[in-house]
Amino acid sequence: MSSLLSLSNLRITFDTPRGELAAVRGVDLEILAGESLGVVGESGSGKTVLSRASMGLLTMSSAHRSGTVVFDGQDLSAASRDTVRNTWGTGMAMIFQDPMTALNPVRRIGSQLTEGLRVRLDMSKKDAKKRAIELLQLVRIPDPETALRKFPNQLSGGMRQRVMIAIALACNPKLLFADEPTTALDVTVQAQILQLLSDLRKELNMSMVLVTHDLGVVAGHTDKIAVMYAGEVVEYAETKELFANVRMPYTEALLNSIPRLDQKSSGRMAVIEGRLPDPTQPEPGCAFASRCPYVQEKCRTEHPELQKANNGHQFRCHFPLGASR
Amino acid sequence: MAGTGKAHLRNTEDTVLSVEDLVVEFSLSKKTAVQAVSGISFDLVQGETLSIVGESGCGKSTLGKAILSLLPATSGSVIFGGRDMTKLDKEAVRNLRPQMQMIFQDPISSLDPRYTVKQLVAEPLEIWSRGNAEEQASKVEELLDSVGIDPAIAGDRKAYEFSGGQCQRISIARSLALEPKLLICDEPVSALDVSIQAQILNLLQDMKERYGLTMVFISHDLSVVKAVSTRILVMYLGKICEIATPDSLYDSPKHHYTHALVGSVPIPDPTKKVAQVILEGEPPSPVDPPSGCRFRTRCPAATELCAAEEPQLRDVGGGNYVACHHPRS
Repeated sequence: MSSLLSLSNLRITFDTPRGELAAVRGVDLEILAGESLGVVGESGSGKTVLSRASMGLLTMSSAHRSGTVVFDGQDLSAASRDTVRNTWGTGMAMIFQDPMTALNPVRRIGSQLTEGLRVRLDMSKKDAKKRAIELLQLVRIPDPETALRKFPNQLSGGMRQRVMIAIALACNPKLLFADEPTTALDVTVQAQILQLLSDLRKELNMSMVLVTHDLGVVAGHTDKIAVMYAGEVVEYAETKELFANVRMPYTEALLNSIPRLDQKSSGRMAVIEGRLPDPTQPEPGCAFASRCPYVQEKCRTEHPELQKANNGHQFRCHFPLGASR
Repeated sequence: MAGTGKAHLRNTEDTVLSVEDLVVEFSLSKKTAVQAVSGISFDLVQGETLSIVGESGCGKSTLGKAILSLLPATSGSVIFGGRDMTKLDKEAVRNLRPQMQMIFQDPISSLDPRYTVKQLVAEPLEIWSRGNAEEQASKVEELLDSVGIDPAIAGDRKAYEFSGGQCQRISIARSLALEPKLLICDEPVSALDVSIQAQILNLLQDMKERYGLTMVFISHDLSVVKAVSTRILVMYLGKICEIATPDSLYDSPKHHYTHALVGSVPIPDPTKKVAQVILEGEPPSPVDPPSGCRFRTRCPAATELCAAEEPQLRDVGGGNYVACHHPRS
């Protein structure tokens, strides 16, 4: 498979009153055509900034970027705004977390859905409407003709997220970013939407980046997983390999803190003590050192580099799990 | 789904809260009304945690508010401390309130941004004139300390300076200030990250033991309530589907809706391809609920009987009570 999106040494900083805030600190990632990647991390780990930066959506003057973003053979980091804009919809598309606020409340579903088709694909009004109905059928919205005339507030959260998916898919993107697409939804609806995304990805042979804080969500729906912590990728592996053979203590802690239905409850839950380090005050050592149960002296002073095992499993730890200590 | 019936009521001596046939109606127009809570009965024994689980719109938050008389009950009774709250006047209900407190879903918007952390926690003590200023100050410090917030560092800062998890800790301290008997938690962790969720769930368990609380825990997430519950009540469209102990509920859900809920929870293990039960469609409108069992329109086992007759809650053994004509074996 060929490389579709490739980030190298991507660094995103924001100017804040407290100084420079490094939200993404040197990320290298590659997404192949047709592949699905899960990006997992806590709030503030930089996962959303990473996906927005990849699409070129960080346009505020306080955001600064270094490193390169190459999409489909084209270096977007050196390209003009118009070139980046031209990849939206047809190249890359995004589904946002909150389907309640991501849709325009005063425009009908039909007009929001056909906008991309009319602008990007230059379709006639009639063709765009026809395609919009197909799209609503694709995301399994019952009675699409009626749905086109509705306003977002007339639809439930799950239905709105389906509309968001339809809008994102309208111009057949090669890569779909789904930023916490099910976090605002009920668990039964979450299961429906995740299944829908998986099915559509295969049907349309599309790549997908699924950004979430929930390892349970990515376990069943991705080929590979990148775990982020404090703006860095701290572990990266194929999904099965990652769960079978966790190397990074942070990933282990994250897994243990998930309440599990398939295990007997013991009353108390495992927690990760403390919280993410202050992103304006980078620490010299490992960013997870202050919360890590296995911390040693070296971790506090020396920043670990990303190591690569033979099977492609990468981890950023001086003393990885599963190795002799 | 479900029905009414009271097979699961225990009526023991140390019952803290007993709810019978509670109905909460909202009128939509002069002619139509929607029953958000439609004939719910349950009881809660001292020291227990009852979890109420269901999808958005099933009436679980309305039920929580109706228990506290924050919403008026249309009919039925809520007996707390031997008195029927629905029959009391405003002043009497107000006087009972210190004994029953609530924690809300969004920890940031439920705290006044103009107050400092100390003021937030002291407010209930001031309103109810508990002790003099000195006693109140030391009570506030003790409470903040017990929820893991350092009063010396955080006490004079304002709530918006804190993360969601920290704000939820402050909310918990505030709700415990008057030493309530009953604590109702409405989705207390659904706005939080997984790693923080676990911290708050553990804290609630600690507080429950320390202050001898009885809790109602409202959530849409079955995996969250598993660790904290004594009993779990599953709701659908304003009615009870099933009520059971956590282990029997997860090991052998008797109601088809519970089964689907359990099957929808993502499992963080790619080798376990659980037979995911994906429910088709969405709950029907509560304005015009289906006849008979309200779940029948999405139920894989529905028959004509389900449309004709509403199932009653009955004991199916193993600590499960289920309202279904064709329970799973």
